[in-house]
Amino acid sequence: MQRATGSLINIGASHQTAPIDIREKLSVPPERMAAIYREIIGLPRVQEVALLNTCNRTEIYAVAEAGLDTTSLTHSFCLFQELEPTTLSRYGFEWRDGHAVRHLFDVASGLDSLVVGETEILGQVKTAYSAATEQGTLGPLLNRLFQKSFQAAKWARTHTAIGKGQVSVGTVAVDLALKIFGDLRHCRILVVGAGEISERTITALKSRGATRITICNRTDQKAMELAHQYGGQALPYQQFQQALGQFDIIICSTSSPTPILTRENLLPWMKNRAYQPLFLIDLALPRDIDERAAEVENVFLYNIDDLSQIAEENLALRHAEMVRCREMLARRADHFWKCNRD
Amino acid sequence: MFDFISSSDRSWLWVGTLLYTGGFFFALSFLLRARPHSRLTLFLIVVAGFITQTIGLNLRGLEAGSCPLGNTFEILQFVVWSLVLLYLAIGPVFRVSLLGFFTSGLAACLGIISLVVSDWDLERRANILGPNVWIELHAALAIFSYGVFALLALTSVMYLVQNRSLKRKKVHGLSRFLPSITELDQIILRLLVTGVGILTTSLVLGSIYWVRDAGTVDWPKLTITVGIWSAYFVTFSLRWRRRVVAHTLAWTCILLFIVALGSIWPVTSSHFSPAVPATPAVLSL
Repeated sequence: MQRATGSLINIGASHQTAPIDIREKLSVPPERMAAIYREIIGLPRVQEVALLNTCNRTEIYAVAEAGLDTTSLTHSFCLFQELEPTTLSRYGFEWRDGHAVRHLFDVASGLDSLVVGETEILGQVKTAYSAATEQGTLGPLLNRLFQKSFQAAKWARTHTAIGKGQVSVGTVAVDLALKIFGDLRHCRILVVGAGEISERTITALKSRGATRITICNRTDQKAMELAHQYGGQALPYQQFQQALGQFDIIICSTSSPTPILTRENLLPWMKNRAYQPLFLIDLALPRDIDERAAEVENVFLYNIDDLSQIAEENLALRHAEMVRCREMLARRADHFWKCNRD
Repeated sequence: MFDFISSSDRSWLWVGTLLYTGGFFFALSFLLRARPHSRLTLFLIVVAGFITQTIGLNLRGLEAGSCPLGNTFEILQFVVWSLVLLYLAIGPVFRVSLLGFFTSGLAACLGIISLVVSDWDLERRANILGPNVWIELHAALAIFSYGVFALLALTSVMYLVQNRSLKRKKVHGLSRFLPSITELDQIILRLLVTGVGILTTSLVLGSIYWVRDAGTVDWPKLTITVGIWSAYFVTFSLRWRRRVVAHTLAWTCILLFIVALGSIWPVTSSHFSPAVPATPAVLSL
């Protein structure tokens, strides 16, 4: 196996060090990616380069001969982006060798993400690896480093609770639906009223296999548009009370000042379908569903506060797991760096 | 010090029970830290317990010359064996999280109680089943159905825990590791059908011989057995007609199993006539 002899350098800026307007300026557009790779790999003493470029971070991973002054790297990058030469050093961070390995392991595992434990970042790290491979700027050290970071991220997800629990209202609702029904493919879903959160909830439900979606809105035109968008059906608003018994999940987000669903509405329907659970998601404010509806057997009612609270609890659990996860990843990172040096 | 480890049937049964207990505490240690346990490890521990328990029951059977159902101890051990056999059969099929945890817990609990209460194994009915293989099948099926009802009760407990968590909006505890209530409800229905089917078959087989010679079965046993069968059959009918569902059904299944389990001792103790002393190993434990 070929061993790298250079020093590992990581410079960059993230949501933790730079405000959004600076991150926007540091971000490299896709059409300039090849040029920036050429620019950096062309610098004296630089042997390997990979660039991680997401909405929350811009980072350069480089392997260079000993004695490289990182100022030339940061200045070169800033000039390429038409920024003040000191922008990156003022708003960014710099890690070397073992610390740079630890940092990449943390980033790939979602420990350094805005929403701790999110999985999208791993895909972005993989994309960065592929891009660097295409540019031909990866050498033995960065190649191994990125491969090990993928393994570390997978390990963290499997062996710690860093990715456990959903942290957005829509995905929490889907998680609850899965706890009630197990499989969403056959669930009949009614969406009463259209709003941003309910649309996100529909998207999340669809991503977990839900297909039988009916949209009902005071404006029929809007209902038909949404039904078309999500591949569902539209139901006239006047008819939804008569059709309640047909649905397993009802999402309400109307602007009605009074509840549109009450315990009394539900009781006759639930007598006929008591063996099947009914999941009510109330995303409206003021609430669309009378809280006494939850007293009916096999009816599970969650309002926006309930969902937000579960999301916050899940996020708190992830944060609580961060210290343990970071320690374990640090051990793996140090082991990797020691093996590399040896 | 290691007299305990001998080749006697009770030693094997002790080892089996201790393995179930170990499996239960293994899973519990993870759950208390809110971490998922290795289902494969627990499954293998339970398999080891099942094998040793099978050896123990087999030794008993060879000594008795029939299915080991001669006293309360043996019947409880057979119920545990049936319960674990069903878990091993349906656990992997249904992929029911925590079923192994609950099964090993109940198996350990019933196993320890049956082994600790030495009075239950001081004497056993001699030649209880006679030479007729059909009567033996009748008895084995009846006790096997209790194993099904034990698993039904455990699934019902899981249903109630999940239902309560969802109703109270506390979904971070055990709820995280439990299947959906719809899946649990389907398993409850299937186990209810299976249990009632097996018990009915057993009673049909037994009734053929009872009609020929009513004196072979005493009235307390007959009354209790038919009572339990009727209760389960009525529950099944009401569920089939969707009259008893959800948590009412789950509670009914749990209560019925407690009653069924509680009836074993009065039924077995009501008809002790020609008793034989238990094996020496029984007394030493």
